[in-house]
Amino acid sequence: MSGETGMPPTDFAFTSGNKKLAKAAVAKYPKGRQASAVMPLLFLAQRQSGGWLPTAAMEHVAGILDMPPIRVYEVATFYSMYNLGPVGKHHVQVCTNLSCWLMGSDEVADSCRKTLGVDFGETTEDGLFTLSEVECLGACVNAPMMQIGDDYFEDLDVTATEGILNVLKGGGTPKPGPQGAREGCEPAGGLTTLTEKPEAQGERSGEA
Amino acid sequence: MTERVLLKNTANPDFHRIDACLAAEGYQGLTKALRKFSPEEIIQLVTDSKLRGRGGAGFATGLKWSFVPKETERPKYLCCNADEGEPGTFKDREIIEKDPHILIEGMAIAAYALGVETGYIYVRGEFDFGARRLEEAIREAYREGYLGKNIRASGFNFDLHVFRGAGAYICGEETALIESIEGKRGQPRLKPPFPAIEGLYGCPTVVNNVETLACIPHILLRGADWFKGIGPEDSPGTKLYCLSGHVRNPGVYELPMGIALRHLVEKHGGGTHSGKKIKAVIPGGVSAPMLPESDLDIDMDFASLAAAGTMLGSGGVIVMDETTCIVRVAMRTIGFFHHESCGKCTPCRDGLYWASKLLKRLEAGKGKKGDVEELERLCGNIFGNTFCPLGDGAAMALRAAIKHFRDEFVYHVEKGKCMVS
Ligand SMILES: Cc1cc2nc3c(=O)[nH]c(=O)nc-3n(C[C@H](O)[C@H](O)[C@H](O)COP(=O)(O)O)c2cc1C
Ligand code: SF4
Repeated sequence: MSGETGMPPTDFAFTSGNKKLAKAAVAKYPKGRQASAVMPLLFLAQRQSGGWLPTAAMEHVAGILDMPPIRVYEVATFYSMYNLGPVGKHHVQVCTNLSCWLMGSDEVADSCRKTLGVDFGETTEDGLFTLSEVECLGACVNAPMMQIGDDYFEDLDVTATEGILNVLKGGGTPKPGPQGAREGCEPAGGLTTLTEKPEAQGERSGEA
Repeated sequence: MTERVLLKNTANPDFHRIDACLAAEGYQGLTKALRKFSPEEIIQLVTDSKLRGRGGAGFATGLKWSFVPKETERPKYLCCNADEGEPGTFKDREIIEKDPHILIEGMAIAAYALGVETGYIYVRGEFDFGARRLEEAIREAYREGYLGKNIRASGFNFDLHVFRGAGAYICGEETALIESIEGKRGQPRLKPPFPAIEGLYGCPTVVNNVETLACIPHILLRGADWFKGIGPEDSPGTKLYCLSGHVRNPGVYELPMGIALRHLVEKHGGGTHSGKKIKAVIPGGVSAPMLPESDLDIDMDFASLAAAGTMLGSGGVIVMDETTCIVRVAMRTIGFFHHESCGKCTPCRDGLYWASKLLKRLEAGKGKKGDVEELERLCGNIFGNTFCPLGDGAAMALRAAIKHFRDEFVYHVEKGKCMVS
């Protein structure tokens, strides 16, 4: 895996801001248990390195926490939110698990492929987008959905998906959360059956 | 009629702020606990309420708390399981984002009862918004003196931190969660010793789900008898059910434990979004074996679902209408478990690899004679032979799909295509 220069960076050190955050993270755990901060520190390192973890960054974290580097590599390779190679500026992650698939994640995925011109696991040539398939993100109530960066985009259809990606292409910031006017997952074409009001006993609070 | 308990305040968009909480009943359960109850009395109260864990296994909360040694030199820990990874589940997110203080209050009461001075909330990594909400709420609680040193002048100290996961479903399993907080790969530990004896950093530790802990302040304020008065006798209380899939009104519904599944899906969920017939329903997240439409007249509680060979699990109810290809459902579900297998034991790691491969072949219309039997044989080799329940859950889910919809699997093999779509 290579960075912009074609070579992975060979050295890495936290910025002074991140150094402070790292210290605060370590302070959450008892004395001698600083290894507990390895995951938050890897997140910091990943953010500072533009979305992925070069070996030098993992080694820096190992040094701060007084851990053998292998223990840090083990953690970085185990958890799916650490990227071991460069990713695009926008990491588009489409959930294709059961609830999302039932509600049309195939169409969302196809629309991403078409709009971005890449498949799952690939990055666009301009380095702007990486497209990934992910497991359930706990947002099935507004399926289908995808995550871009830290934000959830929910209640997607082909039009909404294309819209979001095109806003990002143009350098804009799309509105996260549920897209479109329909409530929850009501069919856009109107109701066809069971049109009587459901008994309003319990409370649903899924749409927000 | 059903009273809202856990979602009482989630419609108020400001309720994540401590001011809004304090203007209602916020932290009154904790104040009452500290003023009027001894730690032992709280454990007794929770035991009397018959509260059972909402994380999946349904273990009695009071009993779990009673296992924690009282006289010990070692520090004790409380971990809240907010990993919410079971596909089809999105209830804990509702509490974390909209009423985070009820969770903080529940944890503080539990910590007081258990003699714990440090707690961690393990939030799945992708819940960025929820984690930030929780961190903000924790800051507010410190500021108002509901966390930190000498809480409400009682002499009780409790520090609470957010720990963010990084995308591993297995970290929802309590011992894997503990390993993860220790800064390791999230692989389950052998039990016994149970976490109550040797958990985080080798110290006594209680792991409870978000929804379980959110019940505690209400039990403190209203008493065990009130709680027992809701739902069935052996697993009382309200439950957060998550409705998703082919359902007209997806959402989180707070209803009594033991509500009939058909009523939940047809009345509250409004039936299928397409108006087509229901084919099958998964009652408790994808680990819970599916039920065909004919079996929907069943009560949503631990015992009734277990008797039907499935489970309440996380309360993630996934509805599938008659256009759904069950082979594809099985393929996607087993693909998930294979991806999330932590790799520690062979039946799960390798068994799910082969099952996933076979299902992909079947789904693509390239199945061979004997494939269905081979899948069943694999399930038999996985079930009961894995280190943690992930492998068992996968095998049970696949077995149920084949049991109820065998003709669809056979059709895929014989005709090389799907029966329904
Ligand atoms: C593979 C696997 C995944 C699990 N995921 C979760 C989860 O996401 N959230 C949760 O609360 N419990 C989960 N559990 C259950 C926990 O191990 C544990 O039983 C639970 O957190 C205990 O809390 P409770 O007693 O309040 O239910 C999972 C268990 C297994 C085996
Ligand atoms: S059953 Fe699967 S997830 Fe559980 S320990 Fe074995 S390999 Fe890991």
